[in-house]
Amino acid sequence: MSEHAIDPGRRGILPALSDLLWRNPRLVILLLLGPPALWLGIVYLGALFALLAQSFFSIDEFSGLIQYEFTLKTYRELFTPANFDIILRTVVMAASVTIAAAIVAFPIAYYAARYARGKWKALFYLGVMLPLWSSYLVKVYSWKLILAKEGILNWLFETLHLSWLLNAYLAIPVVGGNSLSVSATGTFLVFLYVWLPFMVLPIQAALERVPASMLEASGDLGATPGQTFRHVLLPLALPGVIAGSIFTFSLTLGDYIIPQIVGTSRRFIGQAVYAYQGTAGNIPLAAAFAVVPIVIMAIYLWAAKRMGAFDAL
Amino acid sequence: MTAAVRFSGVSRHYGDVRAVDDVDLSIAEGEFFAMLGPSGSGKTTCLRLIAGFEQPTAGEVSIFGESAHGVPPYRRHVNTVFQDYALFPHLNVIDNVSYGPMIAGTPKAERHRAAEDALEMVALPGYGSRKPSELSGGQRQRVALARALINRPRVLLLDEPLGALDLKLREQMQEELKALQRKLGITFVFVTHDQGEALSMADRVAVFNAGKIVQIGAPEDVYYRPEVPFVADFVGSSNVLPPHLVAKVTGQWRHGALRPEAVRLGDAGLGADGLHATVHSTAFLGAATRVSLDLEDLSMVALLPKGARIPQPGEQVHVSWAAEDLHMMEATE
Repeated sequence: MSEHAIDPGRRGILPALSDLLWRNPRLVILLLLGPPALWLGIVYLGALFALLAQSFFSIDEFSGLIQYEFTLKTYRELFTPANFDIILRTVVMAASVTIAAAIVAFPIAYYAARYARGKWKALFYLGVMLPLWSSYLVKVYSWKLILAKEGILNWLFETLHLSWLLNAYLAIPVVGGNSLSVSATGTFLVFLYVWLPFMVLPIQAALERVPASMLEASGDLGATPGQTFRHVLLPLALPGVIAGSIFTFSLTLGDYIIPQIVGTSRRFIGQAVYAYQGTAGNIPLAAAFAVVPIVIMAIYLWAAKRMGAFDAL
Repeated sequence: MTAAVRFSGVSRHYGDVRAVDDVDLSIAEGEFFAMLGPSGSGKTTCLRLIAGFEQPTAGEVSIFGESAHGVPPYRRHVNTVFQDYALFPHLNVIDNVSYGPMIAGTPKAERHRAAEDALEMVALPGYGSRKPSELSGGQRQRVALARALINRPRVLLLDEPLGALDLKLREQMQEELKALQRKLGITFVFVTHDQGEALSMADRVAVFNAGKIVQIGAPEDVYYRPEVPFVADFVGSSNVLPPHLVAKVTGQWRHGALRPEAVRLGDAGLGADGLHATVHSTAFLGAATRVSLDLEDLSMVALLPKGARIPQPGEQVHVSWAAEDLHMMEATE
């Protein structure tokens, strides 16, 4: 048994610091949040506001110089047919990629959350995360090879004597093209592949928190598996689906490399931003384009909240 | 009369584990039936076999004479009150309770009226707009009960529904459940590991051990007339006397069950030929005092009424009982 009921306290700076932090829990929070808040506040938000400010300037068409006066002229320019086309194309692509990712991810996530145990669970995480370990560019280029006219997919269709099917599909305007690697479908497939892990993991985490008894209770009360999915499983998994869709939607809205390597010559928002701030030197228009995904995401999150997507959180 | 629930040679194996092992069982309509046993004895698996969450490995379950073989839970007129209540967190109380009618396609106004009635029945009127997370454990339990009863099931299954409640609330709910069952006349099948709960509520009790039913009968039967040592020990907390001790007193080579309150302790000097034990420890329980004894290598428990002389630990005592209090069991288990 020790001599004292209360330890006299060890000497030194670290033990003294431990005692101080124990007495002042707020100090701990300050230490935890201070550095990242400074980083986010100054570097990230600062840069964002600098960008926002740029979008309210305009460019002089003759001299090519930026006029530092407040104007909405640049935003008006976004709505010219050529530019609005870019926005529409990007949003439709982002929405299709998000919906497809949710549909593909749900069964995988459901299996992982409900059935996978032990080494199968490890295999699931490995399988989902593995693509994230390799370089983004390498993945996109390998998809170009897969989708090319001389690629493995074309070869597969030929071997199965289904080339006519692929050609018929490629003949469809908008989604088709000369080959998959230069079609909107190709862009879609690569986006879907690259962002899929960001959809699988949040849905799996949400499903993991749904107890099995909840699904049994629904069946017990007369619901068929389809009804249970609609009335219990989907509402409870929705926060995960929304979290995943924030990733897939915003990542697609902002990406400028995938559509450049795989796809048509028609541009996406990211490519427009890249082109206007680079070669064209039209920084105000580039900034205005960059604001578009932010506004779209804000509207999307507001709508999701209105629909009660976060009620089960 | 056809049984509400009948098990014929039902087994449920998980690999090598025999969770339920060749069980035969018949539960009458309108009966309050308890399945009692320690955890892992197969009682919950039996409940899940009735609900349809599990399929038997062998044998057949029938409900009101109809085979339940291959019938999914949503086609059985059987409802369950889950141990964790399993209330839907995204729905408020009224939508939780009216979930069954909603699935069946009942219009909103009608099913909400039915849910209000069900909530009234479990003494929770006016709680409809709350979320399950805003309720106490006892209230959640009542909501789960209302939700299971609104479909008017032929059989209501209750999986340790009172396990998470504190003692006072548990005793109150026991009485309410019993009254509700009598009023509705629905067959209740109740799973518990608490022998007091099973004995006080049920019309009949099935005692489970290692996947088998070891005794089935009225509460008085399993309490006073255990057929095997396991039941004597688990249900009555009786002292199980091994055959050689019983033979010493009665001359019969059989296991004996002796309830703690029937044990008499006397001065060590009494009856030199009788049984002698050493007091191990004593515990004051309020209405009585429990005395733990070591009789040779057997641990025994005696319950002494208020006013009796309480021996000290380490003291030698003489152990006896009235002949009619020793209940004889099967020679072997």
